[in-house]
Amino acid sequence: MRKLFSRYETFVFIAIVMLGAIITSVNPNFLTLENFLDLFKSYSFVGILAIGVLFVLVSGGIDISFTATATVAMYVMAVIVNRYGGNMFTAFLIASVVGIILGMFNAIIIHYFKIHSIITTIATLNIYYGLLIVFSGGKWIYCLPTWFREFAQVRVFTLTNSMGGEYGLSIITVIWLALLALAWVILRYTVIGRGVYALGGNPVSAQRVGFNILRLQLFVYGFMGWLAGVAGVVLTLLVQSVAPNSIVGKELDVLAAVVLGGASLLGGVGTLWGTLLGVILVATMNNGMTLMRIPAFWYDVVIGLIIVISVSASAYQHKKKKNKMIDIEVD
Amino acid sequence: MNRKFSDNLILLLALVGIILLMGGLNGAQFFQARNIQTMAFQLPELGILSLAMMVTMLTAGINLSIIASANLTSIIIALILSRVMGSDMSEGGSVGIVVLAIGAGLLVSVIIGLFNGFLVASLDVSPILATLGTMILLKGVSIVLTKGYVISGFPPLIRFIGNGSVLGIPMPMIIFIISAAVMALVLTRTSLGVNIYMLGSNATACHFSGIENRKVLLKTYLISGVYAGIAAIIMMSRFNSAKADYGESYLLMTVLAAVLGGTSAAGGFGKVSGLVIALVILQVVSNGLNLMRVNNFLTIAIWGIILILVMVANYLSKKYQQKRWTA
Repeated sequence: MRKLFSRYETFVFIAIVMLGAIITSVNPNFLTLENFLDLFKSYSFVGILAIGVLFVLVSGGIDISFTATATVAMYVMAVIVNRYGGNMFTAFLIASVVGIILGMFNAIIIHYFKIHSIITTIATLNIYYGLLIVFSGGKWIYCLPTWFREFAQVRVFTLTNSMGGEYGLSIITVIWLALLALAWVILRYTVIGRGVYALGGNPVSAQRVGFNILRLQLFVYGFMGWLAGVAGVVLTLLVQSVAPNSIVGKELDVLAAVVLGGASLLGGVGTLWGTLLGVILVATMNNGMTLMRIPAFWYDVVIGLIIVISVSASAYQHKKKKNKMIDIEVD
Repeated sequence: MNRKFSDNLILLLALVGIILLMGGLNGAQFFQARNIQTMAFQLPELGILSLAMMVTMLTAGINLSIIASANLTSIIIALILSRVMGSDMSEGGSVGIVVLAIGAGLLVSVIIGLFNGFLVASLDVSPILATLGTMILLKGVSIVLTKGYVISGFPPLIRFIGNGSVLGIPMPMIIFIISAAVMALVLTRTSLGVNIYMLGSNATACHFSGIENRKVLLKTYLISGVYAGIAAIIMMSRFNSAKADYGESYLLMTVLAAVLGGTSAAGGFGKVSGLVIALVILQVVSNGLNLMRVNNFLTIAIWGIILILVMVANYLSKKYQQKRWTA
């Protein structure tokens, strides 16, 4: 029990419950299955990206370029399936291949030239995005194949609300949950997953115990790229169009969600459970502001405050713990 | 030869090469007095923001909030002016009111700088996270204050700061030269400057040499905040308006300029002179591409490519030097 309360994730969970209680007291519509299923559908895009960001943060790096990767992947996917046809599988496959290539390109630069990951990915963000706009002319794609449009409506189960409208568990949410499960297995039960933690904890030790650093980095950034590609398709399913300029610039929002979930920028620390809670916290807050009719322009103030307070609190605790440890050593 | 000097020499050679390249591609148009003056008006706002970024990078930190901080500063100044002078503030306006408004704006940037410094220095929050949080928070405050609208039309005195000239030298350029000189003096001639470099190369060693890291960091982010405030005044004057999300693309450019100028993201290395040369290189490239009517987004991609190439060149030259040492 004490261990449970000393965990950072517990605090995030309590924060979500408290926030939920406040929102429900103002607007009971919050606490409905329909609202939850809706939220889980619309936040699957952020949720999928957050998994990838977690992997990169745990490995001790940072990736800013994933929004550009997702944009490129969904654009290439949309152009190809529009021209040559295909099915849902090929759509995901194309986006995945594009995402993995762009992600691994980051890894190669970071590894071979020892360039800090934040500088590398700031640079590649601009390269990917700039070139995409040049080649696409910045045009939106509204026209998508019928099978693609219909896939977005698929539900695992369907319920009817009191007004007669239908809702249910969307296939898009299932994709997110499946990826969460996959990532959980990788991080927990595979050598490469433990290697990611080792690399983030201490790269030199990781190398000494026999991890291939290049392979780990290719995996981490490739995995991030793959998820960015999948997230790109998911976003296209959600909004039913491809807009080259819709998500670039939102990368720090995803990063913020992951950090709220307890991942450390220093590497080696972070759990999927925490990341999921971080995404849910951001989603709840956003949804709550809408349900409580708070004007949209307060959104940045609230999320900014929450980030400042939470990172300060966890840094302060870390500092106190560190001071204590030094005391013991001196005694 | 002094190694630091040779670093700047490479940059200077690159600058000469790029000027020749852009001059060759654009012909006489490039060397016209008007074009050179255009560049002299454009460089300072990015230049001062880059100084604000660079000083934090020297301590192995980063300040993501400079643009948001600059926008909030100019919005505060604009709001004070419009409150005092009424809706039509583009005419008249006494020196006193303008000075007062600018003073209040700079006070805001001082507070922002101290707040960032407090988070990083006293609470040990990692600079990326602390300034990411303040960036979003400040932008939020700006949006709330303006409800997302633009505030435009400023008194002549404000417009003069960004668009006027003294003896043919653009006002923004004069402000930039003074700012850069002050930064160079602080970094090279004061104990604070020495401490900033020490802290950046090795925080633990710095601590054990009896330096109060906390105070040095606090002052670093304070300086960064003030420089963002100075940039804010030039920006609002040049745009003749203030808005919550102006100049967001500058954030990458400031990192690019600092890194290109030899500032290490890991801290401890970097000089104002290198940064200034890098800024001129960036300005010449952007101006040259603009004259050639190259797509803006291609320019953005080219920045990214330049950033990676410079880092690769730095890495290779360091490796080469190390090999020579061991040989």
